Amino acid sequence: MATTTASKPATGPDAVKAASGRRRLHLFSTGDKVILSLMVGIPALFEAVLVWLPALLSVGLSFTNSRLDITQPGGVKFVGISNYRFITQDYPPFVPALEHNLIWLLFLTLIATPLGLLIAVLLDFNLRGSWLYQSVFFIPVMLSLALVGIIWQLMYSSDSGLINSVLGTAGKPGAVDWFGNSKINLWAALIATSWKHVGYIMILYLAGLKGVDPTLKEAAAIDGATAAQTFFRVVFPAMRPINIIVVVITVIEALRAFDIVYIINRGTNGLELVSALVVQNLIGEGTNLGVGAALATVLLVVSLVPITIYLGRTFRKDMR
Amino acid sequence: MSDAAPTKTGSADQAGGTSRRLISSRTRIFSYVFLSITAFLWIIPLVWTLYTSLRPEADTNKYGYLSTGGAFNFDNFSQAWTQGQFAHYFVNSAIITIPAVIITLFLASMVAFAVSRFTWKFNITLLILFTAGNLLPAQILAAPLFQFFKHFPLPLSVSDSGSLLNTYYGVIIANVAFQVGFCTFVLSNYMKALPTELSEAAQVDGAGVFRQYWQIIMPLTRPALAALATLEFIWIYNDFFWALLFIQSGDRLPITTGINNLNGVFAQNYNLIAAGAIMTAVPTLVIYLVLQKQFVAGLTLGSSKG
Repeated sequence: MATTTASKPATGPDAVKAASGRRRLHLFSTGDKVILSLMVGIPALFEAVLVWLPALLSVGLSFTNSRLDITQPGGVKFVGISNYRFITQDYPPFVPALEHNLIWLLFLTLIATPLGLLIAVLLDFNLRGSWLYQSVFFIPVMLSLALVGIIWQLMYSSDSGLINSVLGTAGKPGAVDWFGNSKINLWAALIATSWKHVGYIMILYLAGLKGVDPTLKEAAAIDGATAAQTFFRVVFPAMRPINIIVVVITVIEALRAFDIVYIINRGTNGLELVSALVVQNLIGEGTNLGVGAALATVLLVVSLVPITIYLGRTFRKDMR
Repeated sequence: MSDAAPTKTGSADQAGGTSRRLISSRTRIFSYVFLSITAFLWIIPLVWTLYTSLRPEADTNKYGYLSTGGAFNFDNFSQAWTQGQFAHYFVNSAIITIPAVIITLFLASMVAFAVSRFTWKFNITLLILFTAGNLLPAQILAAPLFQFFKHFPLPLSVSDSGSLLNTYYGVIIANVAFQVGFCTFVLSNYMKALPTELSEAAQVDGAGVFRQYWQIIMPLTRPALAALATLEFIWIYNDFFWALLFIQSGDRLPITTGINNLNGVFAQNYNLIAAGAIMTAVPTLVIYLVLQKQFVAGLTLGSSKG
């Protein structure tokens, strides 16, 4: 059970002692046991009823014909995989949504996340004024993705946006409608998302870099390694735990992407994402619970891959 | 934890960072050039929003948005504030965010205390379920949770919809359930590292389990609680989805979801939209200025265990 956490001032031996010394329940009075059970039971009930039960019910609901409500006239009937057949065969936005989620993932993984890492590495050189740079990248991290969408609309708008104003096309027929044109709006949305994502990754890596033993870098420098060699051969491998978390965060962010496309156009016309299709089937005129639940189940199955990998790594030591 | 936080004293040789003398002058020049260009690009959207918000629409229509002509004042802010009902939205955000943060930390700290200070059979299983719950995309839970809230009877004196739909409670509960997993994970790691002698001594003195939790462990966990409170405040304030799903009447929306309606209310008046965007960002930017260290500590606490 011994686990050391990097976040704590406690040293190794302390943590080991703390873990091995943990007491068994039978040392406690009945009253204490009742209180402990309540302390675990109430939050666990909350989590079970509001997170895990709904996740499982989404799977169940996806095999039914429920449309507007689970108390619909005629009752909810089991219809097999017909909702899945519908989304794969007769629901045009589904395949584009999968593609867009994949592009989202690749863009964040190959461009935004490495950029965040590069900025963190350069900031870690402690150049004069690096706190100022840091603040600039940090601010978007504090903003909601919905607000990021609004702010970038001011950049992208075809009649008054900054980009079209600079190009001299604002309000003219040649103006590019960055969020409206279905051929390019996915990329425009990805740039807006990256505006926040890069700073997030930068923060995580800055902490990771500060955790790398400085003598490692000194030793590499004395041996004549360049900054790039030191980074790729010494520092980056030493940050393995943070690297894994960053990968998991990036994958999960790509699957969770929703707010920004919803605020732009509700996730239609080039901005379809699986999460947005789920919501389109739950809110408003097109409500179809069975189809929404089938889409949610697809999202659940895909999400469980990175989640399982992450949990496996995180709790492996405890599982023994 | 302090080593994780960026500080404004980063000019000299900062502990933990790469010392400046290890960097060749070519690398240093490249770093300056690259960071300056990137930071310049990064700040443009904010500067542009602020700039647009300070100019009357009549002037931007006359001179164009990319121009320096005309007046600069705060009229857009006052107009957006009243026309966009910002006071109302901000109150709604506070009604949702403050209780949600407190309840989340209370529930999470209880579970974390129980699983980290005592050995249970289902310890790890429980912790895994809590942690995984926080990683799921929220849309996965949406359909069943909506139905559950819709058919959850409440007296009309408590909820005018007769259910959890269209109430602040519904949004608070959903936020709490979704965030409690992450906090449990972070707090249990933190509490695990506190020495056991503390609780043993307390037990010898006859302190019950709840007193050990409340009077011994919780005060020692204060740094982690402060970091998580800051982080969760930002996350829940920034939450867009739960209010979108559960709240139908516009006058109950929190600000983050409410800005979805501002495009319509402000009739494509970009100057008003810009002012609204700045005002929406103000609470989080204030927290950035005051509690930056706590925010970063919260983020990195969650990722410190690999």
